[in-house]
Amino acid sequence: MINITVNGQAQALDVAADTPLLWVIREQLGLTGTKFGCGIAQCGACTVHLNGTPIRSCVTPLAAAAGAHITTIEGIANNDKLHPVQEAWVAEQVPQCGYCQSGQIMSAVALLRDNANPSDQDIDQAMSGNVCRCGMYGRIRKAIKTVAGSPVQMYNPETDAESQEVQHG
Amino acid sequence: MGKWTRRGFITAGVVGGAALVVGVAIRPGDQASKVAKYVKGKNDSLVTAWIKIGLDNKVTAIVPHSEMGQGAQTALSQMLADELDANWDDVSFIEAPAEDAYANFSMAKGYILGDANIPKILVGTVDGVFLQATKAMHLQITGGSASVRTTGVYGMRVAGAAAKALLLESAAEAWQVPLGELSSALGYIHHKNSGKSAPYAEFAAVAGEKTPSSTPRLKTPEEFTIMGKDKPRFDIPAKVDGSAQFGIDASVPDMKIATVQAAPVFGATVKGFNAEAVLAMPGVSNIVNLDDAVAVVAQGYWQAKQALALADIQWTSTQEDLRNSDGILSQFRNDIKQARAEGKTEEDKTQGNPEAAFASASRIVERQYSVPYLAHACMEPMNALARVANGRCEIWTGTQNPLGFKHSVAEALEIDSENVSVSNFFMGGGFGRRSNADVAIQAARISQKTGHAVKLIWSREEDMGHDHYRPAVASDFRAALGENGLPTAWENTFVDKHEPVEAPYIPYAIDHQDIAFVNSPTHIPFGPWRSVDHSQHGFFTESFVDELAHEAQQDPYEFRRGLLSAHPRHLKVLNLAAEKANWQEPLPEGKGRGISLQESFGSIVAEVVEVSVNDGVVSVDRVVVAIDAGFAVSPNGLIAQMESGVIYGLTAALYGEINIENGQVKEQNFDSYPMVRMATAPVIDTFIINSHESWGGAGEPGTPGTAPALTNAIFAATGERIRSLPVSTHKFT
Repeated sequence: MINITVNGQAQALDVAADTPLLWVIREQLGLTGTKFGCGIAQCGACTVHLNGTPIRSCVTPLAAAAGAHITTIEGIANNDKLHPVQEAWVAEQVPQCGYCQSGQIMSAVALLRDNANPSDQDIDQAMSGNVCRCGMYGRIRKAIKTVAGSPVQMYNPETDAESQEVQHG
Repeated sequence: MGKWTRRGFITAGVVGGAALVVGVAIRPGDQASKVAKYVKGKNDSLVTAWIKIGLDNKVTAIVPHSEMGQGAQTALSQMLADELDANWDDVSFIEAPAEDAYANFSMAKGYILGDANIPKILVGTVDGVFLQATKAMHLQITGGSASVRTTGVYGMRVAGAAAKALLLESAAEAWQVPLGELSSALGYIHHKNSGKSAPYAEFAAVAGEKTPSSTPRLKTPEEFTIMGKDKPRFDIPAKVDGSAQFGIDASVPDMKIATVQAAPVFGATVKGFNAEAVLAMPGVSNIVNLDDAVAVVAQGYWQAKQALALADIQWTSTQEDLRNSDGILSQFRNDIKQARAEGKTEEDKTQGNPEAAFASASRIVERQYSVPYLAHACMEPMNALARVANGRCEIWTGTQNPLGFKHSVAEALEIDSENVSVSNFFMGGGFGRRSNADVAIQAARISQKTGHAVKLIWSREEDMGHDHYRPAVASDFRAALGENGLPTAWENTFVDKHEPVEAPYIPYAIDHQDIAFVNSPTHIPFGPWRSVDHSQHGFFTESFVDELAHEAQQDPYEFRRGLLSAHPRHLKVLNLAAEKANWQEPLPEGKGRGISLQESFGSIVAEVVEVSVNDGVVSVDRVVVAIDAGFAVSPNGLIAQMESGVIYGLTAALYGEINIENGQVKEQNFDSYPMVRMATAPVIDTFIINSHESWGGAGEPGTPGTAPALTNAIFAATGERIRSLPVSTHKFT
């Protein structure tokens, strides 16, 4: 049994320890917002936060997440209130096919949390692990900048969400 | 069931007592076209737009166009709502859930009208508006950048206008006032003199009993209130909170997960594998021999993948086992050379007397170009969920072509296509790849063989190694130049012609032309790739034109202008791009600008790419796009499509290369098939011309002009002319 906390909910998982976190999130927990893209940490579609740090869940074994707090795209809104980064994505009409956008948003949330006013170079560095095959890089950059300019208090799912335990096996 | 015309029909009815339904169908005029195989009955149609006005005055558009990010569903709804004078906030969109319902009129009626007792369905004929539709019908359902320019123009607008006319007529009767005194706006009908106002819904039941006009009056552009405005896309909210359901997210109770490994060499088959090792792995329930592939079925993807790696599959050898990319290119060149020498090329387009022009030329310029195979590399790897039971097959997947999938799956399972259903999901990229049913067929066969509902998910490696590729193409040119250095004749010979036919044609005034091709088959599977043949011919023709400008010692922009006297639309687009890119302003050492012009899918696009070359490294600083798509229904949506098309084209031009080694694809994943990313993406500025000429597409026209504008810019910066893609295989000093 491996214990992790996902979007504030404690989970006890009877799953092989080498299973990538991505498949645990998608198949055991049914949170399908996190996407499979490459399986080798090259595209960023599977990006989630592990104790607040953006990671590629497709190459992170479940064992490496034991005891950790995981946040997925489903966990960043404050109930019905979208995260400011999500709001910016809507305002700038960023997504096309939308498949990479959960990963893009998770990378952007981490960037903005650590760096309230990222430069273009900061954005290049933080976002270049996320491929967008529809090529919406210009809109993503713009959306990040609109959030950077606004004095919105960032919601922190790690501390703001309530906790309760669920068992899976 | 009403009378069918040769090109289409329009019909109206009521449902649920009082909701108005208006339908417009367009069917292919040419039954011999490549889509004809999907049209089973004589009353089948391929593009059908239905609208429903409910008792609550809400408007629903029901159209068989799937969403792969192009925003077509929102744009189509705008077209309907505008002609209908609907209240935009009351308009929603449903994708046709089952393709049968949209291929067949009577089944569609059943779906739309539910089990309601169908009242008199009145049918008229639509003249004129369908005249242009038949050509577009050669293309697949969501492809060919066709949504707006066919379904939209010939379906949604007509349906909206016809419905509005019926409602106004009904109101005039109900209120006993002259029709001309009524006006409509925001879903209401008003009579100014009496002060009467009522929602559309009030007249829906009566309107449904009337015969719709066969030629409803469409709005002129000055009357548009919703078309041409930016409306937030319907699909975006679900794409920022993780709730959007893609094919890979589909599930049914008790389903299992499968993954597959197909023969690395196309055409090989399974000789043997280690079933024991696979079945001993945890969670694994089946290993399935699919003849040209082996699938493992397990509880989860990771279990299936781990087990498949132990299968130690043996493949039969084929005569392609020693094929490689260099050999394929040599074959193309030899076939072209031989066919030209023997006069055995297939004629594509001939004009004037090219032979005489070459004979009397002052000088002849010869150039050879080539492009490699390309994968689509959709972000969402290929997948499909299938459940085969009791002679029926259900498919859940994201597809550009549900109708084609249905028939392909039925054929593969040898069951009647009426027993196959396809539920469509969001597509994590399509670009032409999701028009091929291969993965759905595999999933269906695995389900049939195991008795489980099976979601088949390809690994990225499988996706890249078993695509239907943009073909590798060689294209050779000769031009005859007159004494003034200007071209008098244009000769082009290339391998393999697909669609659209006009892809290799040029808009330039060169009197004598000889465009021809040779068939040079390989064992590599071919498929449509964003902009199809334009993706290669755009690079070839716009590179060669640039070279001819250089030969004539003219500025490449001015040179093109001089040859565009017969094409004022093209000229305007070219001028706008050059102006916005500050073409005339000199650039510092190491920088360069390149220009291109390409008409595709009914839209004219000019691009100016600006590059810097430092220490042999090319970086793309800015791309300016000018487009005339006739009219931009959704300007921001059109701009987004240009941005997307440019990045897609840039990725291909800079890095895109699928190599064949020992008969198989060498590249496996994004580490060997690189992409433009945030740090390498240029600023893209798009400028729109609303010429109000015929409406063109948006999804594809941004792509073809990017590669030549890029390589022309590299030439301007370095003097190095790139004649084979990608750029990354060339070294600059």
